[in-house]
Amino acid sequence: MSLLLIVLLPFLGAVLPALMIRSGRDACAISAAAVNLLALVLLLTHAPAVLRGESPRVLWRWVEALGLNLSLHIDGLGLLFAALILGIGLLVVIYSRFYLGRGEAVGNFYTYLLLFQGAMVGIVLSNNVLLLLVFWELTSLASFLLIGFWGHTSQGRQGARMALAVTGCGGLALIAGMLLVGRVVGSYELTEILASGDTLRRSPHYRWALGLILIGCFTKSAQFPFHFWLPHAMAAPTPVSAYLHSATMVKAGVFLLARMWPVMSGTQEWFDIVTSVGLITMLIGAVIALFQEDLKGLLAYSTVSHLGLMTMLLGISTPMAAAACVLHIINHAAFKASLFMNAGIIDHETGTRELGRLGGLLRWMPITAGLAMIAAASMAGLPPMGGFLSKEWMLEEAAHTKLWGADWTLPLLATVAAIFSFAYSLRYVRGAFFGPRRDNSTTPHDPKAGLRLAPAVLAALAIAFGLFPETLLGEVVRAATRGLVGGAEPKFELALWHGPNRALAMSLFAVVLGTLAIAAYRPVRRLWRQIPVPDGRGIFDWALGLLFGSSRAINELLHGGSLRLYLTTMLTAVLVMGGWAFYRHDFGRGMRPLLEVGWVEGAVWGLLMIACGLVVVSHRQRLVAVVAIGAIGLVVSLAFVRLSAPDLAITQIAVEVVTLILMLLALYFLPKRLRQEQEPGGGLGRALVSIACGLAVGWLAFATMTRDFESIAGEYWRRSLPEGGGANVVNVIIVDFRGFDTYGEIMVLGIAALIIFGLISGMMRGPLRGTLARWTSGEHYSPSRHPLLMVVVTRLMLPLALIVAAYLFVRGHQMPGGGFIAALVVSIALIMQYMASGFGWAEDQISFDYHALIGGGALVAGATGIAAMALGHPFLTSGFGHFHLPLLGDVELASAMAFDLGVFLTVVGGVMLALAQLSNLGECTRDGATNSEPMDYPHTSGQGGHSRQGGD
Amino acid sequence: MEWLVAAAIAALTASGVYLILAQRTYTVVIGLGLLTYATNLFLFATGRLAVNAPPIVGDPQAPHTDPIPQALVLTAIVISFGMTALTLVMAVRGYFESGGDDVDLLGPEEEVAKERR
Repeated sequence: MSLLLIVLLPFLGAVLPALMIRSGRDACAISAAAVNLLALVLLLTHAPAVLRGESPRVLWRWVEALGLNLSLHIDGLGLLFAALILGIGLLVVIYSRFYLGRGEAVGNFYTYLLLFQGAMVGIVLSNNVLLLLVFWELTSLASFLLIGFWGHTSQGRQGARMALAVTGCGGLALIAGMLLVGRVVGSYELTEILASGDTLRRSPHYRWALGLILIGCFTKSAQFPFHFWLPHAMAAPTPVSAYLHSATMVKAGVFLLARMWPVMSGTQEWFDIVTSVGLITMLIGAVIALFQEDLKGLLAYSTVSHLGLMTMLLGISTPMAAAACVLHIINHAAFKASLFMNAGIIDHETGTRELGRLGGLLRWMPITAGLAMIAAASMAGLPPMGGFLSKEWMLEEAAHTKLWGADWTLPLLATVAAIFSFAYSLRYVRGAFFGPRRDNSTTPHDPKAGLRLAPAVLAALAIAFGLFPETLLGEVVRAATRGLVGGAEPKFELALWHGPNRALAMSLFAVVLGTLAIAAYRPVRRLWRQIPVPDGRGIFDWALGLLFGSSRAINELLHGGSLRLYLTTMLTAVLVMGGWAFYRHDFGRGMRPLLEVGWVEGAVWGLLMIACGLVVVSHRQRLVAVVAIGAIGLVVSLAFVRLSAPDLAITQIAVEVVTLILMLLALYFLPKRLRQEQEPGGGLGRALVSIACGLAVGWLAFATMTRDFESIAGEYWRRSLPEGGGANVVNVIIVDFRGFDTYGEIMVLGIAALIIFGLISGMMRGPLRGTLARWTSGEHYSPSRHPLLMVVVTRLMLPLALIVAAYLFVRGHQMPGGGFIAALVVSIALIMQYMASGFGWAEDQISFDYHALIGGGALVAGATGIAAMALGHPFLTSGFGHFHLPLLGDVELASAMAFDLGVFLTVVGGVMLALAQLSNLGECTRDGATNSEPMDYPHTSGQGGHSRQGGD
Repeated sequence: MEWLVAAAIAALTASGVYLILAQRTYTVVIGLGLLTYATNLFLFATGRLAVNAPPIVGDPQAPHTDPIPQALVLTAIVISFGMTALTLVMAVRGYFESGGDDVDLLGPEEEVAKERR
């Protein structure tokens, strides 16, 4: 349980800073730090067990069909990374409080930081790779927010976009790779994947899975050739850089490589790719770092280089190299975070990070300088710092590994990287703190203790790790290595001094040459500038431009603002694909015997055909079109009657009435005469596409209808009466078996009605108000008003219609009827009142609110479902029973009826809201005038009052 | 009977497609309506045609048709009313916003916004 809490705490706590910022920056930072500290303490409670070799885990089944479980575990590797993430996170939280100025959005900053932290912890504690992928994507998103925190600068925006694009693409590759792994292994649980290394390595999919996963890891941890995004991410505030590039974001890639090490490594492919990429990255990063002018730029490329070092060690594939990698992860986190914070302090105090404008700061900022020297010495790999140990270890491993078919390539190139590594560390210290001051515009001084605290702690650790490695880190490194290699760790003892050996000789060589390089910096730099270096940023921009350009071109071609073009493209594509499917498979008529056709059916069918033709030919005469549509609806209802679908028939005819009224209402507002359209090619293409679509769908229907099939309805059929308590299976399916679907459907209807309400309210209140007030339909209406006979008849009809609706509703479970149908009948009865007696009058009589009906219906339907849950059944389980009521006798009541009541209310509300709102709109036009009289006789002014309903 | 239903579906689809390829909002809405009939009938027909066999439990020997397509179509009919209403209201609002009932944008969205001002 507490494992889940460790992951969730940062996410939950992310709300706090956003709220606490109202109480000031201190409260905000303290809340963030408290959350962070709590998670760290919880984590450390697991440490003893993990160091003993246990690996606690928790599992909640989630989407089992997909293999996605909320499954967490913690082993040595996870513990180490989580401790780094939370520990350095805490220091960054403290540092940020003093770094960020008064005008910054500090609350947002801490919220983003905690979100990012939660996602990172999630990655390292996940025991399910799908869950891991979710957290992986979350880190990409959260880091986008963090890197782009200074969104007002173009560098901030571009850097954030680039980081998101590169790591996001890598994330996609990673998803594909992990899915492949899951398919091969048969499970997405990490523990099971880790136990199936042999299966995976022997699988024909291994190379694909490896390639895809490596792309994901390499993009995330900025390995060559994807390294270019990392330096641009330096546009972020310095605490973010310190966090993302020392212990978290880029380490996620390294973590995943380490996590997959037991199953993926050990093959020639892994060794060749991972070792080479790591080596090249280490080399390139170190060389470029030496020639950076920006302190953070130098540190960024140095980070690239050190990530390469870790990747290379994992590529070497021996447990010893893996242990060296673990040690370096710890050391790198300590010294790199410290140095980033240091660069931030220099920037804060002097206003610049340009090496060309800094210098001589030792006199002004002695403490800062001292801390920087300690951390830089660790970065350079000098004794007695922690960095020395891991660098020596790396050189030792490199010295006896054969790469690219030769013994000497790896040790030589590793030494070259060490030379540059020493040189850029020296340059950082010398450029910033020694030599003359080059810019005297400010008087820098050591910052307040708060800003110094975090880098000081980290620098102290950098020394301590070097002096007492075995005491402080021995068990941790062993436990993490155990987790990494998935078995017994190799025997080693951490010590500062291993005696004179090859690695020491290589180190000494590196120190000497590195010093020379700095001594002769100008000529070396001149040499460097003559080497043409491909610009990663340029290539990225070019690729992005190409992508955008081609998408835009395709978009313009297919979707250039013309609906006709767009639809024609889609329909043609569907026709081609469907035609291909027809061609490939048996598409003849099936063997099912056909039903007889009587003359009534033939006549009704003829009516439908005539109506279709009428709509097409005379659709510009809008009333004719509406009448023809009505005829078609009627024929469809009749077809349902004949073809054993009484529920559908009633629903269709009721909807038909409502739709016709709606269309007439809308026609009132739309232009009265439709121009002849401009047809490209005389409309031939349009006609061809239409006919082809008709033939295809018709034939598909025929081919379907003439084949026998096995219905899945048998189960519904058997269970309908005994379990659903209803004989009308259609209704039982709607309100019971598939009640959740219906619940969604009424939501859609309710939302559609609310959108209609919003669209029209917007017209009546917004800038269109004036246009509406001047608008008139331009038609002449009969001055005589509502016929008295109609008014009287509709009023008599109302109670009768309501009784019919109630009857349809109650019997719906057993016989054709139900909530949908009853709702439509009630709506029609109400609309009749509107039509006969006038909108204003009817509106005054109706005392309930349609919004409330929609919401109430949704609530009733939902409450029925939840009531079932309260009784310990799944959502929307129904129950029924027989009750003996006085007068009525034995009555069956099903809880599904309550659900149906919800359906009823929502549908009435939705239908009436849509229609009433269109009528409301009429009130706002120049023609409009509310008539509150129930009916009246020829009016004094001929123009002012007439019905707007059906007034076309 | 199958021939008739298939021909009806074909006719409704063809006329519906023809109308949604028009340039006027009202015509497109009518076309969508026709396509709705066609789709509902098609969906209904996947349960195969049967006469005098309503899906109501009664006599176990009596024939009965497949209730599932009917349940699907029933909700589809009601939802399609919501869709028709929404598209109609969008057509009305579009007419008042742009002064025309053309389904296509006049140009880039900025230009439309400028004209309104």
